[in-house]
Amino acid sequence: MPFPYWVVGVPLSWYLILSAVLFSLGVAGFLFRRNVITVFMSIELMLNAVNLSFVAFSYKLGQNDGHIFSFFVMVVAAAEAAVGLAIILTVFKNRHTLEIDEVSSLRN
Amino acid sequence: MDAVLFLVFAVISVACAVNLVLQRHPIASALSLVGVMGSLAFVYLQLGGEFIAAAQLVVYAGAIMVLFVFVIMLLNEGKERKQKMKLWVRWAGVPLLFAFFALMALIVQAILPPQANVKFGSFTAGNAADIGDKLFTRYLLPFEVTSVLILIAIVGAIVLARKELD
Amino acid sequence: MPYIVLSLIKTLIVVLILMHTLAYLQWVERKVIAHVQLRVGPRRVGPHGLLQPLADVIKLITKEDMLPSHVNKPFYFLAPFLAVLFALIPMCLIPYGGDINVFGIHTTMQVTDVSVGILLVLGLSGMGVYGVALAGWASNNKYSLMGGLRSSAQMISYELPMAMAIAAPLLILNTLSFRHMVDAQAGFYFGFIPKWSIFQGPFPQIFSFILFVIAGFAETNRVPFDLPEAENELVAGFHTEYSSMKFAAFFMAEYANMVTVSCIATLLFLGGWHPLWPAAYGSSFLPTLIFGITALVCFSHAVNPARPFDRITLPVFGVLFLIIAGVYLVPPVQQILMPLFWFGAKAGGILFVFIWIRATLPRFRYDQLMHFAWTFMFPAALINLFFTSLLVALT
Repeated sequence: MPFPYWVVGVPLSWYLILSAVLFSLGVAGFLFRRNVITVFMSIELMLNAVNLSFVAFSYKLGQNDGHIFSFFVMVVAAAEAAVGLAIILTVFKNRHTLEIDEVSSLRN
Repeated sequence: MDAVLFLVFAVISVACAVNLVLQRHPIASALSLVGVMGSLAFVYLQLGGEFIAAAQLVVYAGAIMVLFVFVIMLLNEGKERKQKMKLWVRWAGVPLLFAFFALMALIVQAILPPQANVKFGSFTAGNAADIGDKLFTRYLLPFEVTSVLILIAIVGAIVLARKELD
Repeated sequence: MPYIVLSLIKTLIVVLILMHTLAYLQWVERKVIAHVQLRVGPRRVGPHGLLQPLADVIKLITKEDMLPSHVNKPFYFLAPFLAVLFALIPMCLIPYGGDINVFGIHTTMQVTDVSVGILLVLGLSGMGVYGVALAGWASNNKYSLMGGLRSSAQMISYELPMAMAIAAPLLILNTLSFRHMVDAQAGFYFGFIPKWSIFQGPFPQIFSFILFVIAGFAETNRVPFDLPEAENELVAGFHTEYSSMKFAAFFMAEYANMVTVSCIATLLFLGGWHPLWPAAYGSSFLPTLIFGITALVCFSHAVNPARPFDRITLPVFGVLFLIIAGVYLVPPVQQILMPLFWFGAKAGGILFVFIWIRATLPRFRYDQLMHFAWTFMFPAALINLFFTSLLVALT
């Protein structure tokens, strides 16, 4: 690529790289953290990265269907966050801990 | 100028995401995630997605993350204990991550043609009128289905989180 | 002129005017509440207490800035910062007037016109919850935590009727951008009734206006919804542990939120900067008339003053008002000042209602407040939205 990028705009690949970086950080948080809520937040980070990818490709294709799909991802993430946090609250009431290693067995 | 704007918000979002993964207190992670969402809203604005940027602020940063912050404050567990990671994980983790990013960046750059550049303001179909148009004509069925989904989520959350009556 | 230099100049002007407005809004509030309660209010610092905000600022700056040892320090410092940040950003999105032509530069009296302006303002007011919740939690004090949680739960509960009360006039005005919204309210029915949203067919948005103002009271934690921060209820709610400048930051955030709600109400419902009756019938002379009458009142009171130093200050005020009345007659300045006058008059009227209600009504108990939100405001806003959309779809 020629050096003065800023004369012609930002390369689209930079947006996709940002999306990939955020997604991998989300995966890293999901795998390495022990607090259930932080794991859940890493999932939200992954969803955000995917949204960015949708919007970037929607720019490339010149249609706004990617925006609409991103909107649906947001709505589903909202519903999932509500139910997931309610489940976490219930689990906390029973197990009195928020570490996923401790709540890994089905029987108490 | 466009590249500078993109780089500023990209660096902020990556820094907040790294902070999310590294912080031990869940509230700090939650606020870092709010930072990620805010900077991503600016990135969406650059890509012409005005409605999506506003929806990101209203729905994600303004409602979902407030829910997270409330639950964290309610449960009030405090910092995580320090974990004992194996030595090779700690020393090889970050360099491997960087190697992975470099590989992905090379692949992505190779696939996309160099003329695929984002000029700010050249995508105009992202405003509310155009999105509403598509949402209520072509994507009407998924729209109604997601409203039923949200209703199910509301009922489920209320049932799960209320006190058990004896 | 390059866009960024122009935007910086506009931002500077908005910041200067806004900071002075916030300071003097507190003076106006104290004076109005005092006169409602048949007393005088601040009168010692400067004539009629006009330098009272300066004295307050000096007091707050020089007060000891305590850092209690038991607080969670990063979040303790972050909370007032977040509160003020999300309260001040909407000021950049609001248009204060129409197109102007200054020294050959053709621009609008708005820092930036985003095409989804009202959605962004809604989102930013939703993010104002963070400052309050974090302040309550970081103070590590059960009263602050209770106050913080109650206040944030109240703000979230009233966001919903507010959003639906905003959606109803948007269906009629058919746009999300502030500038187009106000442009859709230009003009007059029958030549003299203004086409504001509260008068516009097919469904005059009076009910939405009332719902929006009530929800605005609750969003900004003002009486009658100010239980979370009332001094005789919960010590001082979520800002108990904050002193001097951080407390001033929360206060400034509250007043900035009030100003934002008033400005949004004028833009959505009261027609922005368009006059009440057409300029052909002489509405351009109204500010001159008002300031002239004020000057005459000042002079007539100066002849027989209640206090000895008023013999000097009242004529000075009279002369000042006469100068302002004269400025409104100069044509090149008139194109900037007239829209500002109407916008300021309408937003100022709503702010006066905010202050008036604070002086008059008692406060709700917290469960009454939440009950009111979920059992009255939410169905009312829903029914209002339903009728509006029905009428818009049928015509």
